[in-house]
Amino acid sequence: MRRNSPLWLLSSCLLAASLAGCGKVWNDPYPGERADAPVLYSAFVNRPKHLDPVQSYSENEATFTYQIYEPPLQYHYLKRPYELEPGAAAEMPRVRLIDAEGRSLPDDAPAEAIAATEYTIRIREGMRFQPHPAFVGGLAMPDDPRTIADFGRNGSREVIADDFVYQIKRLAHPQLHSPILELIAGYLPGLRDLHRQLRDVAVPAGGWLDLREYPLEGVEVVDRYTYRIRLAGTYPQFLYWLAMPFFAAVPWEAERFYAREGMAERNFTLDWWPVGSGPYMLVANDPNSRMELAANPNYRDDRYPCVGEAGDRDAGLLEDCGRRLPLIERVVFARERESIPYWNKFLQGYYDASGISSDNFDQAVQTVGDGDVRITDEMQAKGIELVTSVAPTVMYMGFNMLDPVIGGNGEPARKLRLAISIALDQEEFISIFRNGRGVAAMHPLPPGLFGHRGGEAGINPHVYDWKDGRPVRKSVDEARRLLAEAGYPEGRDAKTGAPLVIYLDTTGTGLGGKAEVDWLTKQFRKIDVQLVVRATDYNRFQDKIRSGNAQIFYWGWNADYPDPENFFFLLHGAQGKVASQGENAANYRNAEFDRLFERMKAMRDGPERQRIIDRMIAILQHDAPWNWGFYEVVYSLQHAWIENRKPGKIVRNTLKYQDIDGALRAQRRGEWNRPVTWPLAVGTLLLVALVVPGWRQYRRRERSTALSAEAG
Amino acid sequence: MWAYLVRRIVYAVPILIGVNLLTFLLFFVVNTPDDIARMQLGVKRVTPEAIDNWKRARGYHLPRFFNAREEGAGKLTETIFFRKSARMFAFDFGASDDGRDIAREIGQRMGPSLAIAVPTFVLGLFVAISFSLLLVFFRATRLDVVGVVLCVAMMSISSLFYIIFGQWLVAKVWQLVPISGYVAGLESWPFLVLPVAIGVFAGLGASARWYRTLFLEEIGRDYVRTARAKGVSEPVVLFRHVLKNAMIPILTGVVVVIPLLFMGSLLIESFFGIPGLGSYTIEAIQAQDFAVVRSMVFIGSLLYIVGLVLTDISYTMVDPRVRLE
Repeated sequence: MRRNSPLWLLSSCLLAASLAGCGKVWNDPYPGERADAPVLYSAFVNRPKHLDPVQSYSENEATFTYQIYEPPLQYHYLKRPYELEPGAAAEMPRVRLIDAEGRSLPDDAPAEAIAATEYTIRIREGMRFQPHPAFVGGLAMPDDPRTIADFGRNGSREVIADDFVYQIKRLAHPQLHSPILELIAGYLPGLRDLHRQLRDVAVPAGGWLDLREYPLEGVEVVDRYTYRIRLAGTYPQFLYWLAMPFFAAVPWEAERFYAREGMAERNFTLDWWPVGSGPYMLVANDPNSRMELAANPNYRDDRYPCVGEAGDRDAGLLEDCGRRLPLIERVVFARERESIPYWNKFLQGYYDASGISSDNFDQAVQTVGDGDVRITDEMQAKGIELVTSVAPTVMYMGFNMLDPVIGGNGEPARKLRLAISIALDQEEFISIFRNGRGVAAMHPLPPGLFGHRGGEAGINPHVYDWKDGRPVRKSVDEARRLLAEAGYPEGRDAKTGAPLVIYLDTTGTGLGGKAEVDWLTKQFRKIDVQLVVRATDYNRFQDKIRSGNAQIFYWGWNADYPDPENFFFLLHGAQGKVASQGENAANYRNAEFDRLFERMKAMRDGPERQRIIDRMIAILQHDAPWNWGFYEVVYSLQHAWIENRKPGKIVRNTLKYQDIDGALRAQRRGEWNRPVTWPLAVGTLLLVALVVPGWRQYRRRERSTALSAEAG
Repeated sequence: MWAYLVRRIVYAVPILIGVNLLTFLLFFVVNTPDDIARMQLGVKRVTPEAIDNWKRARGYHLPRFFNAREEGAGKLTETIFFRKSARMFAFDFGASDDGRDIAREIGQRMGPSLAIAVPTFVLGLFVAISFSLLLVFFRATRLDVVGVVLCVAMMSISSLFYIIFGQWLVAKVWQLVPISGYVAGLESWPFLVLPVAIGVFAGLGASARWYRTLFLEEIGRDYVRTARAKGVSEPVVLFRHVLKNAMIPILTGVVVVIPLLFMGSLLIESFFGIPGLGSYTIEAIQAQDFAVVRSMVFIGSLLYIVGLVLTDISYTMVDPRVRLE
């Protein structure tokens, strides 16, 4: 190869690049951003559908809305069980119980005596909304704006009680379709009427529905910083709703701003560009690629908590006591549709935390001893930590109580359900299909919630025995005995001799679903029952559940708030799916349970409430409308440079508490991502090695003559 | 030629109406308006009233094709089909079922899709043609045999394998480029190198084999022998004469896909985090967003028709014997 040949030059360049590349990171997915900056890097899989606090209800949306909006209440970041504390409110709401004559009742008044409940909420003075062009009057529309920053000028104003009332009225807005309208309208007088009234209001093009002009019966502004909500009857769980963005402050100016002509066509809506008073504000919104939160400079004086639960101090979770929040300046969310790049970028240090998919489970976690888990040596060497927590989520198998074979309150059907509950080895399911990430459920109430009992007192005595200090599933023989008593000895109808066939309706049709179905079939076979799986698409499955045509099915529930009511209502008769399109997919109805539910719902936590819950659980365990399934255990990994991260699915405004050791991250990223450049040089040489013989062959062929070729 | 083009455009209208009708039928066979509403409203606490309100606000409360309650033309126009389909012919795609402007979304996603698709297409074509001509040049030698075996091996492997292996080797083990991500502008090149390389490599086997067959057919023709007899060098014979005469079948397969480059690539974009159009339709189908599905199918059909017309025009450019009458 001559010194001035193109190949020589290319090789030299690549070699020089190889040498120059030593010690410098080439694979940084955030070009131009400093690794040591106080920025948290996270990922999202599914784009959020709604960021309007009156519509948003999904977990992936909560990641954003809970940071941008600040409801009156919030959960204490560290304390467990979860505890409500003032957020935007200056103090906890003053609650007044009122009887039918309008007189005040004592706090422990029976539910039937309470005609109305009044919540007086005093908000903090001096809170301000995030900087936003909506607060600048007469702002002209710029040429083809892409982000909210393109409007150039921002304003703000103080958050007042009217803003909270305005948002409550927005629940009734006919175009917004709030998912909790019907629920809240059941308690809040006038909300449904307002909805009907607003439906008939014609809004001109470019105009907007100014809700300030429409009074709402159950809500009033007391003074600039105080408002009052009056609910019909009693609904103690309403306090939990006050900790959700459904009840956060929204400025009317935002609605006016986004109603301007040309805004919606450019995706400038409150659903896309929220305007809140929370610790962060949305500054970049490309949900196909990247969303970005920046600290709200107008956020109130909020401080890191100085108390937590036992162990928090040792875990270093109190070291930032008293520091002003938020601790991180920016939070970057990159969209990752596939788990492989997500996982590898976490290992390279480009995401600060990650969940663990089944594909990567063995690489991240190993089981030691008696089901205990610990992080693998590979992860440990990188300083990665494993954080686990039981989520307030229950995944269960429902028995349709309207089904003539498996449903109903009759003793044979009940025994059949119990036999199936025993035969389905939930512990094995968790081990095989969830990599141990679950706790077998004894009833619908997950750990960490009031009313849940652990140990021997908490087991389901119809399915488990307490042996050697742990619950042990009853034997298959016991299941067979129950099956025989149900009228199906050895899995056949005692009268007709026909084999017992149970139908599972499911949407699972993929490979993973097939393996689960095979496992389930095997479990049913243990008691000689045939399982037929009716896989269908999601819509048809929903139809079957709604019309009561499913026999058994898998279902789940993720808590809205940490109260037993939020789980027991899934089995409340009035919530029957077929009868009232409620959330009781099993269509279970038990008069005593329903009566106790109504009482329990209106009570404060205490021994009496616990006693009632114990009884409710006993009824459920006896009737077995669900095979109780499992409570989800969440495993999460985090790098050594992320601080103050405490798991807890109920607390959703977590970002303001977290911190980053930027210097450590920059150092680790540099160490972990040194480019390996020798393949470039080898590749070049390989190319040369291929081209040179080819070139020689070509030259030989060009120079050869027909005569010499024939002679050859 | 202009008369031909006008005729093709006129023909396109019934085709597009037909495609639109078929999309509508297929979509609503699987999803009822209630299903769509439920999907948009979420899975928790969805009441029949909320579903009814949502359908009314989006026009899904109307009959699908024929509204017996209306008078005159209203019987046809006050239907879901007419309301959702008619304005597409004026390229007004409206808003998706979750409220986003579809035309704007397409505009935003098109750039990243093209950033991947255009270099992959151009480079892929260049590499495949060069490689196949090389095989033809070395035909009946060991290099040719090895090349053909390599092609068969390459086309037998799933493109998913190339993506995962490429990401593992180049981005994870060698750490030469980011595994996934995208930034707009000139800084995007580190994010594009690997997906483009994989795109080119994954398509090379099939293309090279196909082009090799075309070139081999041409190489035995009289004009090639004449050229050689006149002393024209082999590379000139191949690149100037054989390539030009094999262009018609190449153009048939190539030009038609040029407009469709806008539509992006589902796999490449998903794995490399490219915010393009590749996954837009799939996501819309999963979300039961009929507004997006019908718009994307409409645009896809239109681009395909444009591709076919362009193919016809390109014939006239490479072969003077072809006339569009």
